[in-house]
Amino acid sequence: MAVQVAAASRSEPSSALPLLAPAYLWLTVAIFLPLSAMVFFSFMTDLPLSGKPWAFTLENYAAFFSQSLYLTLLVASLRLGLEVTLWCIFIGYPAAYVLAKVLKGRSREAIFLLVILPFWSNGLVRIFSWAMVLREGGILDTALNAVLPFKINIDLMYSYPAVIIGLVHSYVPYMVLTCYLTLQAIDDSLIEAGRSLGASRLQVLKRVIIPLSMPGLVAGAALIFVPVVGSFMEPRILGGRTGTFYGTVIEDQFVAVFNWPLGAALSFILLAVVLVILAVASPVLRRAT
Amino acid sequence: MRMPDLTALLTAAAVFTSALAFAAKADEVHVLNWKGYGADEPWAIEAFEKATGNKVVNDFFNSEQEMLTKLRTNPGLYDVVMINAAFNDQAMAEKLIQPIDTSKLPNYADISKDKAGSPMLVHDGKVYGVPWVWGLTALAINEKSFDKPPTSIAEMWDPAHKGRVTIRDDAVEAVQFGAIATGQNINDIKDMEAVKAKLTSLMPQIKTFWSSENDWNQMAASNQIDIGTYWSGSADRAKTHFKLPVALVIPQEGAVAWLDAFSIPVGSKNVAGAEAFINYMIDPKFYVEWVTKVGAPVSANTKAVEALPGDAFNRKVMGDPAVAKRIQFQAPITDAQREAYLSLWQQLKVDVK
Repeated sequence: MAVQVAAASRSEPSSALPLLAPAYLWLTVAIFLPLSAMVFFSFMTDLPLSGKPWAFTLENYAAFFSQSLYLTLLVASLRLGLEVTLWCIFIGYPAAYVLAKVLKGRSREAIFLLVILPFWSNGLVRIFSWAMVLREGGILDTALNAVLPFKINIDLMYSYPAVIIGLVHSYVPYMVLTCYLTLQAIDDSLIEAGRSLGASRLQVLKRVIIPLSMPGLVAGAALIFVPVVGSFMEPRILGGRTGTFYGTVIEDQFVAVFNWPLGAALSFILLAVVLVILAVASPVLRRAT
Repeated sequence: MRMPDLTALLTAAAVFTSALAFAAKADEVHVLNWKGYGADEPWAIEAFEKATGNKVVNDFFNSEQEMLTKLRTNPGLYDVVMINAAFNDQAMAEKLIQPIDTSKLPNYADISKDKAGSPMLVHDGKVYGVPWVWGLTALAINEKSFDKPPTSIAEMWDPAHKGRVTIRDDAVEAVQFGAIATGQNINDIKDMEAVKAKLTSLMPQIKTFWSSENDWNQMAASNQIDIGTYWSGSADRAKTHFKLPVALVIPQEGAVAWLDAFSIPVGSKNVAGAEAFINYMIDPKFYVEWVTKVGAPVSANTKAVEALPGDAFNRKVMGDPAVAKRIQFQAPITDAQREAYLSLWQQLKVDVK
């Protein structure tokens, strides 16, 4: 039933080594070593760089449990991740379907380009553009008031919806791309067979298309959920006084008070929580795919 | 998760590479300062290099803690470092900076006596910091929203401004602002509960927290705010250089003042060059050019301030003796206090969600 997206060709490990070496070398140097250093820092009382005496401690991890604010923020961040992921599915999946199954040739290329376009601009530029659109007297407010016969007041800037809008815009291409790949791989004859056997469009969607494209949906959701939970730039700029999330608190520890050990410990707690969520969800998701 | 780690790693990489950087050459002056804060102005560097033959190499920090770390991990690399007077004590105690022979600085004699003799900069009769500029963290208003400027800090709590108030996203600034609003000494806050209660009641008034000058100016330009905390130098720049309807208000309850000073790190390889650079930085000629071209805080050099036009903000308002009476200079803050302030500030921000 499930579509095999990745070709499962297995070759001898020895012949694969020269091909894998650059990637693993890079991962070791750029990801593994610094991350290990961060794990190390997270168990220390002070940074060795600071020249002050230091010792090993569990206090940084204990700090998470001693104050309710970290847990409150973690829950808020997880909720944010969930909401953004759902909106991305809601917006990205239909777009991917149209791209894969409806449009052909030039028009598909053009629309595809528009989907990928946000990737080519800097994240900060995107956020500040949203700031111009969303604020009172901004582009959205002015445009709507110019068209509508009655006066409305749109000031979404510095609010929770603004954070959602900014994040969905940044991450929706991931959902479109992953879903597009799986949707495109669905054989059209399967859909036609379903239709000719008397299934309605909705039934075809529910029984054929969604199950077959589930790997793309799951991959897209994971790609979006994980970074959104730790996001700090979008909430800080678009969220105003409601823009405090787990990610912004971690950033404060690194930037404002230079307490790397606590910042690192908070980061790893988040990593652990996200891994637990993915682990708990994986049997369910595996069945779905 | 990824992003904070990435930022941290980049910072870590930067710290490590700077630790490996080559030792300073004799005719180079290595300066450590905030980015875009006078010492790295291209015209100033050019003029200094032409006059003295020293080559200026700038390096920057993003927080006082980072500055201290750079000094600790790079002994002998820097010749001049800009330190907020509140941190001078700590730098001296850790033997990061050395006494300065002020007889080598002709302009030192013109520095106002109260700044030059500040106990934060002079220890055991030795000068560890040369006062450069000072400024205020006070209030600024959007002139469109006021017929006449308010005089009290209580204006921030006025229901008429609900959702149109801004405050900087900085724990120390917020707590010290709360201390002033509750009539306390910013350097000796006795009643932290009162500060917390006062700030809690301010939170619903707030539109957003600002973190850079640009944030503030944009909100003022698009008429999104009425009033907020702001730095004196920035309010001046907003008015004179960006032509925004912004005016600084120094409330009757007082304001937080800070003093920035130059020091020479222990192990500097070019002390003579460092002295020449510091002397140039406190020179009236440099200061007037800095104010006119870019906008700057108030010079600690009285001759430099007198060289400004009579109606200049830094001379007229900031030089007013009535203002001097109600400002409180920031004293050193311990790491434990800083952590406590941050924890209080984060709690306030979470409670308002």
